Amino acid sequence: MENQEAKVLPSFELVKEVEAKSGQPVGRCYQCKKCTGGCPMSFAFDLFAHQIVRYVQLGLKEPLLKSKSIWICACCKTCKSRCPNGIDISALNDTLKAMALKESAGAAEGKVAAFHDAFVSSVERYGRVHEAGMLARYKLKTKTYTQDMSLGIEFIKRRKLKLLPEKVRQLREIKQIFQRAKEKSQ
Amino acid sequence: MKFTYYPGCSLHSTAEEYNLSNQAVFRALDIELEELNDWNCCGATSAHSTNEFLSHALPLRNLVLAERQGNDVVVPCAACYNLLRNADHHVRFGGEKGESLNAEIEAVMGSRYRGEIAVRHIVDVLTEPEVLKKLESKIKKPLEGLKLAAYYGCLLTRPPKVVSFEENPEQPCKLDLLIEKVGADSVRWSYKTDCCGGSLSISQPELVIKLTQTIVEAARYAGAEAIVCACPLCQANLDTRQHEAGGGPGGSTLPVLYITEVLGLALGLPGSEQWFRKHLIDPAPLLKSLDLLPAS
Ligand code: SF4
Ligand code: SF4
Repeated sequence: MENQEAKVLPSFELVKEVEAKSGQPVGRCYQCKKCTGGCPMSFAFDLFAHQIVRYVQLGLKEPLLKSKSIWICACCKTCKSRCPNGIDISALNDTLKAMALKESAGAAEGKVAAFHDAFVSSVERYGRVHEAGMLARYKLKTKTYTQDMSLGIEFIKRRKLKLLPEKVRQLREIKQIFQRAKEKSQ
Repeated sequence: MKFTYYPGCSLHSTAEEYNLSNQAVFRALDIELEELNDWNCCGATSAHSTNEFLSHALPLRNLVLAERQGNDVVVPCAACYNLLRNADHHVRFGGEKGESLNAEIEAVMGSRYRGEIAVRHIVDVLTEPEVLKKLESKIKKPLEGLKLAAYYGCLLTRPPKVVSFEENPEQPCKLDLLIEKVGADSVRWSYKTDCCGGSLSISQPELVIKLTQTIVEAARYAGAEAIVCACPLCQANLDTRQHEAGGGPGGSTLPVLYITEVLGLALGLPGSEQWFRKHLIDPAPLLKSLDLLPAS
């Protein structure tokens, strides 16, 4: 037998950590693949939905944190609705995204991370999303100025993008919520 | 009947036509909508992708505000609806975690969420027997001959235990019911609840074009002349990405209507020109060909 070392044995640390953070009963998965069967993003995934769960069970942290799948999961929850064990893979992916950002693996799909960042910053600033401002921030960060340009023009023609942001009156409450969120993720 | 109305960010900008048609239809059905005071963004996919606490606390602030206002909340956006329901569920059934979240929000707002109101989606409210009866009695222009594909997308029915108001979340039927009530045909097709990739529309357009293309093609194959949805993200996505995908045979495209726009037409409500002008794929030619546009 060649390559005995390449055998992967279950490791329980990662399962424990991911179960605690995501609230998902990862250990219950028996690899029936119903999740992958219904996943609309399978065509673009580098790790399929059932593989994400299996990798967590096996403690294969590095490939998970470097995976594109965790970023391009559409969060449609088809997996969660159909899994006989009630496992929500998008919730695992949320946990893994946070770990990837924290543990210096970074985001394998930087544009997705940049979009979320632009979106959330807009909410932090105004309490509501200011779409024009959010898009501008996203484009600056990703330097994707020409992408969707004609679409933007169509939107402006139809007055679908507001130039001025709407603000929540009790912005103090929003700021406090964000403050707590930051403390908690430290 | 009176509800607190939580429009969400899109309905104040890119989906203004959805907002206008909702207001018009609810008024016509004698259901009072009072906008939620000082509402904030629900956080959408971006909040839960970055921070769990944020994804619960942002919608919970809205629930506390709504409870102060007293009535049940009605939500038109599927994503907002999903997150509000999720936060409500978390506080009601989340045990210690839900309790501590509620305590945190109390520290910020001075009051906590007691769970005395319900969060509902507009399609759920519009299909109440009482409302359906009223709708039927007020139809001015049955939409005969119009073939529509009811598209629910993912967030209205998933995860079923937390959010679905459909008896069978894999085969939802309430949008179809509304379509049939106003005299249009609801086609049978199998992509009703497939995800359009809304949350990745900006950051992964190539992937999203692929998803939307599959959905639109399936609707066309089933004989639909337009798609009907009940979510600003689905509408924007299906409406904007069809041209990039090259359209169907001969570059043809399917208009994507909001359910309340469809009801508004049947109720003969004024203002529909204003709604349709906001669409990238103009539904007017199709409606005109069936003589369904109000004379202006
Ligand atoms: S559907 Fe559930 S049990 Fe089956 S493989 Fe996927 S996660 Fe595992
Ligand atoms: S939530 Fe993500 S992993 Fe689950 S089915 Fe949808 S795209 Fe696939």
